[in-house]
Amino acid sequence: MISHFTQFTRKFSAFPVLAMVVVLFLSLQLNAQSKKAAENAAFNEKCLKCHGQSKYKYTNPESGTEVTKKMYMETIINRSQFAESNHKNFKCTDCHSADYDTFPHPGHLRMEAMYACNDCHGGDEAYAKFKFEEIESEFQASVHATKHSEDFNCWMCHNPHTYKINVRSDEKIKDIVAYDNAICLNCHADITEYQMLTDKVNPNIVQKHDWLPNQALHFKNVRCIECHARTNDSILVAHNVQPKAKAVRRCVECHSTNSILMASLYKYKVQEVRSKAGFYNGVIMNEGYVIGANRNYYLGLLSLIMFGCVAGGILIHASLRILKRKK
Amino acid sequence: MSGKIYLYPVWIRLWHALNAILIILLIISGVSMQYTNPENPFIRFDIAVTMHNISGIILTANYMVFLFGTFFTPNGKYYKLTFKGLFARLIKQFTYYTFGIFKHEKPPFPVTKESKFNPLQQFTYVIAMFVLVPIVLITGWALLYPEIILTKIMGGSGLKVNDFIHVIIGFFVSFFMFIHIYFCTIGATFVSNFKSMISGFHESH
Repeated sequence: MISHFTQFTRKFSAFPVLAMVVVLFLSLQLNAQSKKAAENAAFNEKCLKCHGQSKYKYTNPESGTEVTKKMYMETIINRSQFAESNHKNFKCTDCHSADYDTFPHPGHLRMEAMYACNDCHGGDEAYAKFKFEEIESEFQASVHATKHSEDFNCWMCHNPHTYKINVRSDEKIKDIVAYDNAICLNCHADITEYQMLTDKVNPNIVQKHDWLPNQALHFKNVRCIECHARTNDSILVAHNVQPKAKAVRRCVECHSTNSILMASLYKYKVQEVRSKAGFYNGVIMNEGYVIGANRNYYLGLLSLIMFGCVAGGILIHASLRILKRKK
Repeated sequence: MSGKIYLYPVWIRLWHALNAILIILLIISGVSMQYTNPENPFIRFDIAVTMHNISGIILTANYMVFLFGTFFTPNGKYYKLTFKGLFARLIKQFTYYTFGIFKHEKPPFPVTKESKFNPLQQFTYVIAMFVLVPIVLITGWALLYPEIILTKIMGGSGLKVNDFIHVIIGFFVSFFMFIHIYFCTIGATFVSNFKSMISGFHESH
């Protein structure tokens, strides 16, 4: 019969070997991935040589002279933003035609269709948790889709060359807010971009939000979509941007213990961290301060007890005064 | 023996009345904001915020009137604490309130022209007016201009701490108010102290 001690040592002597195998396997995997990424980056350099800057050069075959031309803004890829983006490990030709290999680029490539998010992400198990299909249907119900038809696509806010995952990250709430609001302001605070989809002049955002107390503080601490998009419990970031009239205007929607921020801005962190004991909204406590939504449970209880004592003391004193009054 | 002394000049009565109204408005709107609930708002949040802001600003001006009155009129003398024997006097007054009053004893520190407040009153008024109220006013102004005061001076980290101090001290101010109003019923008659704050004359026991 094998003793418990022998069983124990046998069981755990296998552990270091198993751990080494796992580490080796993972490092090989990572190595293969980073090798592939490095290969793709080297490949992309051929494109970025011109598209990674504001000018490009070529030799005129007729005259034999070197010509320098400006690159169109829309076709410039910001290297550092691309290097941080979700699609950083892709080869340009994963999405674009391999015919771009030649210069001048063939004219028909101008008609090349742009991929939409769901062309790749739709129906893919690997991306199931992001619920791209639900995002698509929410977007279709939004004013962005209903007012602008096909002209408004995912790219307007999520340029695949630069977009990086934001909410599902360790980023600070303030940085998430700044990144996300910059997406809205890209059109709503820039008349050139805004008028790509309309002939109207874009409204002055600061003036339109004059009614909002502590406007600057709100703009830094919450995203535009907190008030302007309808939350959906099954997706993390609301995409159903509502018409102006349906925007949240009641302070208590956020400033209360049922704060909608818990279902929007703080949702991911709440899911990840969970509220700490004693505080209703742990994340709001740690990363922001929302009057009415932040309540310390113990402080509330203590104040109630103290208030009870004061009221009780007064009641006893008053009763005794009545009982002991001069007849 | 019962007599009337003119203790409260017009400016004090006006200051006191305004102070009372503002503090009550601040407590009501403050509680409404702190325990706000969309289904059952006590006072609608934005209305409570405006009410709280306006009352707070007027209270600050009124506090300046109080400070001026304390430093430049004879009224200041009533707030000068004499530390020697203070504890014994506080205990004496406390004992009167807890026991003596029920035995119909004479108040140990009767109200005179020279000494308007009994030791317990004087001590709590000094704490309220020179500690609690200044703290709520300062933290209140910091909340009114958080982007200027809190983020620029305190580097943005002070918002939570500042608000906690404001709420806790505000809570003590509301305690003061409840006890203060109750103790006003301990006069020559149940309502005589309230009448004094209108007529200016204090009625002795």
